[in-house]
Amino acid sequence: MKSRINRKFKEILNKKTKAFIPYIMAGDPDIRRTKELVGILEDCGADIIELGVPFSDPLADGPTIQKAAQNALDAGVTLHSVIELVGTLRNDTQIPIILMTYYNPIFKYGEDKFVHDASAAGVDGIIVPDLPPDEADNLIRLSRKSNFDTIFLLAPTSNEDRIRKVSKASSGFIYYVSITGITGSRLSMDSSIESHVARIKNLSGKPVAVGFGISTPEEAAAVSRFADGVIVGSAIVKKVGDTDEDLRGYLLSLRSAIR
Amino acid sequence: MPALYELEKAYEASKKDRGFQKELLHLQKTYIGRPTPLYFAKRLTEESGGAKIYLKREDLAHTGAHKINNALGQAILAKRMGKKRLIAETGAGQHGVATATGAALTGLECEIYMGSVDIARQSLNVFRMKLLGANVLEVSAGSKTLKDAINEALRDWTTNVRTTHYVLGTVFGPHPFPVMVRDFQSVIGKETKKQILEAEGRLPDYLIACVGGGSNAMGLFFNFLEDDVKMVGVEAGGRGIYTGEHAARFAGGSTGVFQGTKSYLLQDDDGNVLGTHSVSAGLDYASVGPEHSFLRESGRVDYTFANDDEALSAFDLLSKTEGIIPALESSHALAEALKLAPRLSKDNVIIVNLSGRGDKDVQHVARIKGIEL
Repeated sequence: MKSRINRKFKEILNKKTKAFIPYIMAGDPDIRRTKELVGILEDCGADIIELGVPFSDPLADGPTIQKAAQNALDAGVTLHSVIELVGTLRNDTQIPIILMTYYNPIFKYGEDKFVHDASAAGVDGIIVPDLPPDEADNLIRLSRKSNFDTIFLLAPTSNEDRIRKVSKASSGFIYYVSITGITGSRLSMDSSIESHVARIKNLSGKPVAVGFGISTPEEAAAVSRFADGVIVGSAIVKKVGDTDEDLRGYLLSLRSAIR
Repeated sequence: MPALYELEKAYEASKKDRGFQKELLHLQKTYIGRPTPLYFAKRLTEESGGAKIYLKREDLAHTGAHKINNALGQAILAKRMGKKRLIAETGAGQHGVATATGAALTGLECEIYMGSVDIARQSLNVFRMKLLGANVLEVSAGSKTLKDAINEALRDWTTNVRTTHYVLGTVFGPHPFPVMVRDFQSVIGKETKKQILEAEGRLPDYLIACVGGGSNAMGLFFNFLEDDVKMVGVEAGGRGIYTGEHAARFAGGSTGVFQGTKSYLLQDDDGNVLGTHSVSAGLDYASVGPEHSFLRESGRVDYTFANDDEALSAFDLLSKTEGIIPALESSHALAEALKLAPRLSKDNVIIVNLSGRGDKDVQHVARIKGIEL
């Protein structure tokens, strides 16, 4: 059976458009607001939603998402409660939802139980930025059995060996990190991103979404010319406290730029 | 990951590279001042009334702690790899000073990440790093101590990996760091073995070292693992395990995966890393080198802890009886030696790794005692 994420990319391909993948931190500032935000994101044309799970030491994240994680931790949000949240959301929406979580919360939860509970709640896949595929055999095996997607990261420094390894380990899509750096850094658009993404698509035959550092509609438009999906995180996280009208305006401007 | 593979390859090559080994040995001898002495602490032995206590004087190494053994090794390696810039994290400041020193010696740029809590309690070392030409970057995230400085250094390394080498200061982090740092520090145990055979004609009964990340302990223990020698690693008991304000990972933690390493970790039920407390910045860390976890599980090494108060008493006692002001980190190892020695006979031999000198702690200790300098 195809996963919800596979079906979504197929649908996008048929429509000759590109995926808009917004990221928000679950529980920033609280779970109630996250529920509202998921509705707003879907309304504004999101194809897949990436939900951050707060962690005390978010190594791959810049100051914006670090702060959001702290807000969520202060609100008492945990991996348990994020899985529960997705279960509740499933009463209202069937949009693909991916969790972005660091590895230790999964390790502590238990890989087996995590994959079971998360997929039962309606989570479609995971991104674990501090878990390289080299160490993920068990998690990948469990995930495949549950039709649960494992999305791994590639970076500008990844060589061909790495690309092959990550392609094999990834399902749903591959996450290309546009810069060497952390979330929320400034994007520097040069032709190397495009050629690198083309190479990955070629070698993997899987959809490639690009993230890290994309904040303006212009950047989103430029990336969507060659990527299958555009991930926007920190720039949206910065705006979750704005009025819904401003937030919707911004999301719609991203949506119309990604094509 | 490619950066780690690149480092592993370069490090493995350096082990077989006679030019590298020659340069390292030469600098150990002429720059660091190795071998450091193994000193019989006669008055401390009399005071504690039992086993003979020897001190491995890493406090006499250049820059005042064992940290230079590793920092210098990695600085030369980075230079050979063609890197332009060194970064490092530091808790007590000793590793930052050592890295800044290695950078000055090799002519590399240097930036040091340090938590704002540690900057406040180790201001002397902050100024030393600046004098050595390094830029000190304050980290105000999370608990504002060593673990947060490591997070920030890893973020920097991810961003600037092409030009920068990350000089991780302890036997922690992703492979090859735990192995490489242990190897650079193992000169401590190698010398100690030779020295105690000369002094006593036999191996010691006990080795004792403090364990933050655990590099001075691994450095001392490694060459004795196959011998009939008991070993004790001493963690920071802080204000007491029952208070929750400590950094005793073995006494109060469980297995976790943190900063690229699977090891014992102080964490909550949801896998978030807990805040730690120790009077000594160098031991104030939520996890511990993975090889220590292995040695603990296999039963080869015993791990215990000393509280803040016990470390402070040992700090005072060594200063007064031997004229040696020890680092607060090393004072934890001394505290354990003072508990153990009276239970042993006068023929027994204990070696304590005096991993660093206490000059950096003088202001902090004065503050704790309510004395204004």
